[in-house]
This record gives sequence, structure tokens and C-alpha cells, in this order.
Amino acid sequence: MKYDIALRGVGGQGGIAISVIIAKAAMAEGLKVKQSEVHGMSQRGGEVSAFLRLSDKEPSSPMIPKGSADLILAFEPLEALRSLPWLKPDVGRIISAASPFKNIPNYPDTEAMLSELKAMPRTMVVDADKLAKEAGNAKTANAVLVGVAARYLPIKAESLEAALREQFASKGEAIVEANLKAFALGRAL
Amino acid sequence: MGFETLMGDEAIALGAIHAGLGSAFAYPGTPSTEIMETLQFLAEKQKAGKLDGVKEAFNAQWCANEKTAYESAIGSSYAGKRAMVSMKHVGLNVAMDPFVNSSLLDLHAGLVVVIADDPGMHSSQDEQDSRWLADFARVPCFEPATQQEAYDMTREAFEVSERFHMPVMLRITTRLAHSRATVKLGGILPQGKVKKPSAGMDWVLMPGIARKRWHAVLEKTKSIQAFSNDSSFNPVTKGQKKLGVITAGLALAYYQENLEEVMAANGGQAPYHLHVGLYPIPEKSVLEVYEACDEVLVLEDGYPYIERLLRGIVKPSKRILGKESGELPLEGELDPDNIRPALGLKARAVLPVPKTAMPGRPPQLCQGCPHVDTVNAIKEALQGHSISAVFGDIGCSTLAALPPYNLIEATVEMGASVGMARGASISGLKPSIAVIGDSTFYHSGIGNILDAVQHNSPFTVVIADNLTTAMTGAQPTIVPSSKMEAVVKGLGVDPAHIRVLKAHRSDHETNVRVIKEEIEHNGPSVIIMVRECIESYKKARKP
Repeated sequence: MKYDIALRGVGGQGGIAISVIIAKAAMAEGLKVKQSEVHGMSQRGGEVSAFLRLSDKEPSSPMIPKGSADLILAFEPLEALRSLPWLKPDVGRIISAASPFKNIPNYPDTEAMLSELKAMPRTMVVDADKLAKEAGNAKTANAVLVGVAARYLPIKAESLEAALREQFASKGEAIVEANLKAFALGRAL
Repeated sequence: MGFETLMGDEAIALGAIHAGLGSAFAYPGTPSTEIMETLQFLAEKQKAGKLDGVKEAFNAQWCANEKTAYESAIGSSYAGKRAMVSMKHVGLNVAMDPFVNSSLLDLHAGLVVVIADDPGMHSSQDEQDSRWLADFARVPCFEPATQQEAYDMTREAFEVSERFHMPVMLRITTRLAHSRATVKLGGILPQGKVKKPSAGMDWVLMPGIARKRWHAVLEKTKSIQAFSNDSSFNPVTKGQKKLGVITAGLALAYYQENLEEVMAANGGQAPYHLHVGLYPIPEKSVLEVYEACDEVLVLEDGYPYIERLLRGIVKPSKRILGKESGELPLEGELDPDNIRPALGLKARAVLPVPKTAMPGRPPQLCQGCPHVDTVNAIKEALQGHSISAVFGDIGCSTLAALPPYNLIEATVEMGASVGMARGASISGLKPSIAVIGDSTFYHSGIGNILDAVQHNSPFTVVIADNLTTAMTGAQPTIVPSSKMEAVVKGLGVDPAHIRVLKAHRSDHETNVRVIKEEIEHNGPSVIIMVRECIESYKKARKP
């Protein structure tokens, strides 16, 4: 078993935290993981690319080869499109948040971009912000996306819930509950 | 001991503690920063009695710069305690003096120098390869390929340092530093006792003794070479002989990623393979691969170091494939895809490029960043001057070179803005302004101020004081911001031309006026623009 995920977003969107949550859940189920992230200069509003590899054997490269990702988990639609070279052409899935993060003057036309993204096979573009608000906390959009991904990941939903709980435990029960609710809303989509 | 999921940097920190570390020193720099952050976190845990099995407290300190960090590490080793110093690759340029000369000392407690190279320049101004510098100083160098090796090699590096009585380098690269995997932990060693090196003058590097010590270093190279030849960190796997492969460090992972396909293309056989994890490169094994195979491919991240040593000026009779011969890119980092042509593999199938244009997102100053207000004030103060120059420095303030600010016109290395602005001003380019962050100023801007005071050079230094080392994730500066004015005064700058301002748009008019006044002054002036970094402000107030 081998499952490769490319996580993509913009610096500060919390992509690395999500990668940690999925990795913890996978390890709790006895899988081997390799996780790579970008720090420093690249984080200052730049695009952030993290890789997460789940396998029953120790994965070797921290970077996923092109054309090999089973899942692109994007926190922003332009970054989902930017990740396409990593997706497995015939079977790979895309899960992307719908809200654009416009911190550049030449950001592409949102409608055209979203329709191109939505037209890709095995693609779900999710209004994660709306569901996060429904869950009672606008900052839980990432948990919504993990919820959506849950049905495809080779990990049980309970393991993901436990990892979410652990990740947010230090922030208090209200934050934990909001994230679990966001996760459930994502799963229900 | 159990297992833990660790980033390369974290594995090194833990490996050092488990090897009986006495003291560690560092200056922040991506991708090395998390080594010290982890050490400090664990040092606190140890003090609270919550770090399993680690009975003795250890020091973990940020320092003014890499040179001071390195020198403290030498002193700790002198005192009989295992010491570690960590920095990014360009930091070693700053610490070159202690690094090169410490190889001549007769060390008795292990001294490990961790250097994090940044091929691809994710967060750096160059991609220099520190393996050349280990070679230059004639010290052994480990290069881990996995997080497990990062942990194991850190421990081993202390042993090797004590075996050969010289510093040992641990060279990592960005991808290793910042990726995580599960690591099996070993036992915890006790710290050494406080003890001086054996009596004698081996630590006094004056010419007569240095000649003797240099001779000793050269004598050691033979035994170090033999040690490397036989090391299990340099394994050889026999295989098919059409193309021999030599990998180093993390390039092993990219090779393994493609190995199945390479084997399929070669009747199921893997190539003859040498992996290098310890330098000097194992000459015996290199010759074995070279003699056995028709051609040899070298896969290494950074400069073509092994490749060059193999090829030399007198051409070998067989082809050596690599970066200089064009099979691999000479610039940037290796990855699982760009090594495929060299292995005889076609590019993997990928989806077509989307129609949507995908502009990049250059890094930028954060919303609410105090540097923005500093930059705007300088820009306005310079209006009306037909010629002027603004020299920048390393750190977040460098980003003011980018649109929409377009303020900084030159950035070279830590502290350079001050010297460059001074040199330009005495050459007649006025007004000349240096813009430098507080941490960078303490790191290596200070010496230039002494030059400026001594020569009464007519230029202005703007210290963008955001109370932290921001770019690397808000580590404390070596001297708190509240003392900045006193430091500058102590350097001899005329107090009338040290101005402290608030880097906020509410003070914009005042700030513009003061900068205008100071750039007219016919001598050195220092303007300290103070406001806390918005990110460290948020970080400090997080629940």
C-alpha cells in the first residue's frame, strides 16, 4: 500500500498542521509516513507545498515524483491547479477549497479558473469557508477539507478524529468541538 | 528507547542530547533554525524533570552570530563537554575562521558542526556546498540520507570527533532538515566531566606550534581516509556493470524512488552502487565501482563535488556522468524527476498544463508589518533627490526590494548594507542609506558602524527594529530592542544623530522629516525605527 498526498496552499493557511494531523492518524494505524514541508522565505505569502506519503514500507523520497500523487489537497484553487503535474493522471483526486486567496495583482479570473478546476475528473471544489462557519468557527476550513478527504484516505475516520482532537487539545474544548464538527460536515458532503 | 516522528533538524537535536551534549550554540538561519529551537524546548523540559532519561542539564543558546557561536562551542569542548554548533551554509562563511583553525586543535571532547545547505536557494542568497569546506578544513563530514541517519550520524559524529581529536561536520540539506519520518532512538549517554585537555601547548596556535599541529592534521588524513573506506555509512552493493551509480546524502532517496524502473530496464538487476554518507569519499569503494563498471553516474545534491574529484583535469578513460557533463542540472536541487534522464528513464506521464495562467506568489511583507511604514517614510524622504542609493540586508526587510516598494537596490549578505552605504557615500554617492533589521545589525552590522564613526562617513543607517529575528520565525535577538539606542551610542555615534522613531503610519510625517534631516547630516547617523513584528506579536499572544 502506498498513498501519496500533495498539500498545497499559501503561507499561513495551515497546510502544515493538516499534514501533521493526517500523518498522526496514519501512524496510529501502523503506517509509515514521510512528510516534507517548506519554511522560511517561502512562507511569507508565497505558495506552500507540502508532501505527505503514507505506506506500509518506509517511503524513500520526501518529495513525491511528478504524476504520482493519489490526492491533491488544496487550501486554495489556484494552488490546486498549480499542483496538477504531481497528480496521477488516471486515478488521482483533487479536493480543493473554493475561496481564492488573492495576494497578487495578476491573480487569474476567478470564474474561469474555478470552471477549469471543476471540469477536472475526480475533483471536488468545496466551499470550506461556509461549512467552517456552519461548524461555528471560521478557522476550521481545513478540518472540513480533511473531512472531505476522509472517504478516500487509507485511514479510518476515527483515527483522523483522534488526531484532530490531539492537535487542537491545547486550544480548549470549544476549538476541538468546532474542528470535529467541521470534519463531520466535510465527511457528509 | 522508543520511536518518534522527527524532522531532520529535530533528529539532530535529539541525537546530540542522547550523545551526552553539554552545550549547543547557534544563530538562526533557514533551514537550520529548528535544531536550536528543539534543543531549547528540550532543555526547558529537562529542567522541569520531564525529559526521560536525561539527568543532566545542558546549555542551548542563541548567539550574536555564527562565529561567536562556534567559538563558544570550542570553549565547551575545551572544558571537556561535548559541544555542537549549528548554522545555515552561509553562516559557515562567518564562522570560517574558528572552523578552519579548530581543526588544528587537539580536541578531547567531541565538537560537531551542523551545516544546513540550501540547494535550490529556498531561503538563501546562494547554494554553496559545505562539503568543500569540510574538505578545506580537512575534517570528516557526515551526510545523512534519512531522519534516522540524521539521528544516528549526530551521535556517531561525536565519537568520530573524539577518535580523531578534531571537529566533525554534519552536512544536511533543506529537504532533509524539513521532512519528517519515524526515528528509532538509542540509549542516553552521560555528559563528560569538566576536564581540561592534557597539559602542553597544543591549543596555542602560534606559528611554531601551529606548524606542528598542521603536521598532525596532515598525518591524520591517512587514518581518516582508511576509516571512511571501511565505514558502514559508505556501503557498496554489487550489481549490473553497465552503469555504476554513486549517490550521496539525500540523492539516495531520489535514486531509490526510481530504482524499480531502472531494474526493469536492466533485466531485473540493480546497478553497481556506492552510497556515500561519510567524507572524505571512500576512495577504495569509488575505485571498485569505477573499475567494475562501463560508466559511472554521480548523484549528489549541491555542487558537483564527488563528480569533480572523480573527473579531475586528466580525463579518466571511462565516462563519469553528472552535473558538469550535462546529464543532471548544475543548478538547484535534485528531485525524483530531474535525475530520470541520467538513469535512462523517460519523464513520468503527467496531466496537460491548465489553460489558466498561474502567476507565482513572491514572498511579501505581512499585512501590518512595521517595515512597510519604515519603507514608506524612507521613500518619501528621498523624493526630490536626483541620485540616491538604498542598500538592504538579509531578513524580512529585504522584501522591500520587491514591488510595490522597490526601495532596496542591493543586498549581499549579513551586515553588508552598512558597509556598502558607507563605501558609496565616501565615493560621492549621496544620500546613501542602509536598511538593516535589528538581529542582522547585532549579527554583523556593528563593525561597520565603528568604521563609519572613525572616518566620519556621511551616510544614514536605518535600523528596522521589529524586536525579533523575524524571517526565521521570531527568535529573540541577542540584545533586547530596549538597549539598541545604548548600543549605538556606545559605538561612538554622535547622540544628536541617533534618532529613535516609531515605525507606524500615524508617525509618518515626523518620520519623513527626521529621515530628511539625517540624510543631510555630514557624518554617520542612525535612525532606529521601532515596532514589534506583527507575526511575533501574534505568536506571543497566542493562547
